[in-house]
Amino acid sequence: MAVITAPAEPVVRPVSRFRFVLDRRGVLGSIFIAPAILYVLLLVGVPFLLALYYSVSAYTLYDPSWRFVGLGNFEQIVRNPVFLETLGNTFLFTFGSQLLGLIMGKFGALLLLRPFPGRRIVRALIILPWVVPIALATIAWQWMFDSLYSVINWTLIAFGIVTRENAPNWLGTPSLAMLCIIIVNAWRFFPFAIVIFLAGITAVPQDVIDAATVDGAGFWRRNYQIILPMILPIVAIGLIFGIVFTFTDLSIVFLLTKGGPGEATSVLGFEGFQVGIVSGDVAQGAAISLFMLPVLLVVVIGMLRFIRRREI
Amino acid sequence: MAAVSTRDIVKKFDDVRAVDGISLTVPDGEFMVLLGPSGCGKTTFLRIICGLEQQTSGDLLIGGNIVNDIPPRARGVAMMFQSYGLYPHYTVRKNIAFPLRTQRVPTAEIEKKVAWASQLFGIGHLLDRRPRQLSGGERQRVALARALVREPTALLLDEPLSNLDAKLRASARQEIKQFQQRVGVTTIYVTHDQVEAMGMGDRIAVIDHGQVRQIGTPSEIYDDPADRFVATFVGTPPMNIVARNGGYLGFRPENFLPKDMIKDAAFTEFNFRVDRSEYLGSERIVYGALSGFDQKQVITAKLPPAHVADEWIRPGEWHSFAVRDHALRHFDQDGKRTSRH
Repeated sequence: MAVITAPAEPVVRPVSRFRFVLDRRGVLGSIFIAPAILYVLLLVGVPFLLALYYSVSAYTLYDPSWRFVGLGNFEQIVRNPVFLETLGNTFLFTFGSQLLGLIMGKFGALLLLRPFPGRRIVRALIILPWVVPIALATIAWQWMFDSLYSVINWTLIAFGIVTRENAPNWLGTPSLAMLCIIIVNAWRFFPFAIVIFLAGITAVPQDVIDAATVDGAGFWRRNYQIILPMILPIVAIGLIFGIVFTFTDLSIVFLLTKGGPGEATSVLGFEGFQVGIVSGDVAQGAAISLFMLPVLLVVVIGMLRFIRRREI
Repeated sequence: MAAVSTRDIVKKFDDVRAVDGISLTVPDGEFMVLLGPSGCGKTTFLRIICGLEQQTSGDLLIGGNIVNDIPPRARGVAMMFQSYGLYPHYTVRKNIAFPLRTQRVPTAEIEKKVAWASQLFGIGHLLDRRPRQLSGGERQRVALARALVREPTALLLDEPLSNLDAKLRASARQEIKQFQQRVGVTTIYVTHDQVEAMGMGDRIAVIDHGQVRQIGTPSEIYDDPADRFVATFVGTPPMNIVARNGGYLGFRPENFLPKDMIKDAAFTEFNFRVDRSEYLGSERIVYGALSGFDQKQVITAKLPPAHVADEWIRPGEWHSFAVRDHALRHFDQDGKRTSRH
């Protein structure tokens, strides 16, 4: 027979209230998230506030005065026809290259969707434009667009499409130079677009595609009335990334055309860099760069609202 | 509306014969059920009929014409998928209208037909909703409306009830059958659920390993199975099969009765050892083995209503059971049905 004994002494003894402080979700969570918050505050927040202040000051490298001038810098740049051209160029560059990249991405994704021998290798290779350092890739493009050694021109001449005399001067003609930077950026962006489209298309249930087929939809109708509308929210997210990165980008312009000929390919990022860093007029440069903020804000908010409405 | 028939359809995926020579004729207006275990090739066969898969060999005829090389959109066949395949970005109205839009039907005509189909299925109040705002049963009706709106030559249904809960399934079964009778469309219905097959089909084709094992009315399939596969696939619990004289003997659990209950006909007697007894409310199922046969083979008996509540059969006891001779089914050693052996 078991003997019922008195209940054991409680094992919990009084300890310091801070002994188990790391077991509290709130405390541990805050500790873990702190580095990320610090990082954003120091490396994004502080420079942003600094830029805000520069843009309303008269700060230059040669006269580092913190004199407040209100919106004077903005007034000045808005009246400057070069700036207005730059703004227009930025829109053309951004939306032109995104459109081209999306079209290339869509067709690339359709081609890569069907199994074929060597598909995995092709899938790996096609990511290259995205992962190759931009400086390296742009140098290669520079040679392809070179006025003397352009393989593009050589090919066109070999096929008899143009003659040596009237071969296009890619980087020397304003409209062609714009086309060049659009092409290079679209080339850089399209692997990303392919990945986005592939992810979207594979997420469309096969039953829905089959239903459309049986309901009488052919290839084009399936693609543009069923698949594309269904993956539009995903594509829009990818597009937001593309727009933000392109709108703020200066590397391709800097490496390929230096904004030229004239101001034909100057974009906001490049212009801000030239004025603010190279010429040393930090206040003007900051004001030019800050112009991107309201534009991007409107674009991003508009697209996010569109996505929310389209959510299915 | 048209008859659908196939001649020796074969579909190979690499070396696997998913469909292995199915010849089937579904007359105009018939409700044909393809019944078989999962992976037996019934869905592949259905996808060949609507054109989503191309058969390796064999002919497919719709309305008497060979349609082997005609693309899905020109076959005029409608299909309803297991998960319905509704277009999530369209409203119910646009979902139903889609098959008409692909046929370039005039807008006024489309409106009329959508109204007709939605009224037929009682979904008129849902027309402006998106699929995700609908319940499972409502989605199913929308899918049916979309399938029937263009008055297809044939309606193909691929396990349409498997996404519904058990309660809804019973009423949906009845609804589908009613719509089919009202519209009179030739229907091919794929399922692995014998209750659906027995309850809905005018005829059932039992399929296994890509081949038709038997085609017949539900009672033919149940009472006169063509082989051991059909005998053991249809019926819960399935037919008891025991080896005898180089062949097999089969009898349904409900025909396996205590001997003293049979007085009206010639019977065959068995000595039955009871191992387990299950009381299921409306019926009692007894599991055991027969003396003189393989002791590992589980034999089931479904006791008649009069004996359900009794507890006179207990595990471990031996009882005298019997089967009326006309309820015995004989199979040869390959499992094919024979009259006697």
